[in-house]
Amino acid sequence: MHASISLPVSPARQAEAARNARDARNDRVFGWVLKACALLVLASLIGAAASTLWGGSDAFRTFGWGFLTSDAWDPGNDRFGALVPVMGTVVTALIALLIAVPISFGIALFLTEIAPSWLRGPVSSAIELLAGIPSIIYGMWGLFIFAPFVAEHIKPWLMNTFSDAPPDGQISWLVQHVPWIAKFFSSDYPFFGAGVLTAGMVLAIMIIPFISSVMREVFQTVPTRLKESAYALGSSTWEVVWDIVLPYTRSAVIGGVFLGLGRALGETMAVAFVLGNTFKFTPSILETGSSIASTIANQFGEAEGLQKSALMALAFLLFVVTFIVLLIARLMLRQLGNREGR
Amino acid sequence: MASSHIYAKRRIKNIVAMVLSVAATAIGLIFLAWILWETLSQGIAAIKPQLFTKITAYREEGGLANAMVGSLILNTLGILIATPIGVMAGTWLSEYSLRSRLGPIIRFLNDILLSAPSIVLGLFAYTIIVLPMKWATNGDITFSGFAGGIALALIALPVIVRTTDEMLRLVPSTLREAALSLGVPQWKLTVQILIRSARSGIVTGVLLALARISGETAPLLFTAFGNNFMTFNPLDKMPSLPQVIYEYTKDPSPDINTLAWAGAFVLTMFVLLLSLTARFAFSRSKVSHD
Repeated sequence: MHASISLPVSPARQAEAARNARDARNDRVFGWVLKACALLVLASLIGAAASTLWGGSDAFRTFGWGFLTSDAWDPGNDRFGALVPVMGTVVTALIALLIAVPISFGIALFLTEIAPSWLRGPVSSAIELLAGIPSIIYGMWGLFIFAPFVAEHIKPWLMNTFSDAPPDGQISWLVQHVPWIAKFFSSDYPFFGAGVLTAGMVLAIMIIPFISSVMREVFQTVPTRLKESAYALGSSTWEVVWDIVLPYTRSAVIGGVFLGLGRALGETMAVAFVLGNTFKFTPSILETGSSIASTIANQFGEAEGLQKSALMALAFLLFVVTFIVLLIARLMLRQLGNREGR
Repeated sequence: MASSHIYAKRRIKNIVAMVLSVAATAIGLIFLAWILWETLSQGIAAIKPQLFTKITAYREEGGLANAMVGSLILNTLGILIATPIGVMAGTWLSEYSLRSRLGPIIRFLNDILLSAPSIVLGLFAYTIIVLPMKWATNGDITFSGFAGGIALALIALPVIVRTTDEMLRLVPSTLREAALSLGVPQWKLTVQILIRSARSGIVTGVLLALARISGETAPLLFTAFGNNFMTFNPLDKMPSLPQVIYEYTKDPSPDINTLAWAGAFVLTMFVLLLSLTARFAFSRSKVSHD
């Protein structure tokens, strides 16, 4: 009664089943290949961290925690410490932020609230053009054009005002009454343009387009009815920006600033020429110094043994710090994206 | 009286803010004009025919021909390596990662890789390519154009991943549903429909990545290293325009510095034209799905 009945399978059915199986297999393989490529992104981040940590392990083992606090950089005696390059990196980046954040805010304000609409496109394209210029060009311009300009116009004025050995010989009222200020503005070579401040200023110009374009974009996400309600109540443009736009976009603005900070920390070529590459520990921003990236660029080619390892260790520190800064930046920016979606 | 005082104060505050904002924009534009002007004027003054015909081995009497050829080879290598991987990774993020927890993480980390310090990526390429090759060949091959290409590919990769991902997500889901309902397998849908309809956007991403890596100097210093002679062999040390500009800028001789300006002019023009092409010829508005 229950004799098995073998259904006649038509050749067309068979071919279809075979094709379906083939498609399913191809789909799986295709998915795996794509996923492998996506995992390469992950692998290159982990690889960059792991390879610099491995390369720097010699230096970390030899100097221990002292590597972070020592200001020695003496290839002759194989003594290396990260303090001077780390401080140079951080101080130049902070100077860059101090200059770039207000200017970027002004540009974003101009492009979203002040400029007539026919001017917005060209001006924002021009500012973004700054981001397209290769960093080596900033370095050249900094060395040949901007550093002499600083030496001639900016540094003498700063030293006359803030240092205890001014070129014009008259110690200013400020220096006489604020005892520690001269420490930050002393310089053995008043007519030499390269230094921490110059490097910070070049970096500032480099990161302005990044910060200002983030600010402009997020300012545009503020709902028009919020702004117009404020205008209707009689607010001035400045009050709308300061009391409505800025609080609404706060986290993304901070994200944009951190994005700029991440750029400034890792920049090599723009500062390699104008920083001076000296390893003397000094609080003065008019003195020469060195940054992590410029030290690696200058020395890695000829470095051997422990020096090479110390440079790798510096690169690891730089990578970890920029990773954290960029992590904060992206988290801050993502909050805005979430709100936009809601 | 009191209220008119407040109004005056608010108006003055507003005017000051507006003036400062215009001044900030002016500062940005002045520096742009200053940098471009110096590059143009110093560069054009230094342009001469032998720049494109002679190699750097002749120093002052020479040109930058080998550096330009080296840059072309390195950039091509970088783009050839990064484009297939980047497009596939971007496709996975946009099409396959919907139910995966890995998707958002990789997208997030890709954004970080996008602004990671290029010098560290250069050291990574040094560790995974230059060192193993040195050991494998007993020091015959150390620095190489191939290593430089890998370093540049690491920098181009996140740019391509991101634009591919963004462009594919702009493709309307009705297109996917229509194809799937006809029984098209997903790989065929992806390759023949989605990537094709987002093609101009993906090309933009590749051009932007090319513009980005063309100006990179730091990662090439210890991967491709540099070479004063013309070479087409990717296993040889290879010069590049940014690296020669770097060396020539450091040089004490003013004649060599002049050559650096000429190189800077050529490089800047190339990069700016490339990003302008990417922006206008394939602008996002042209990604049409109708």
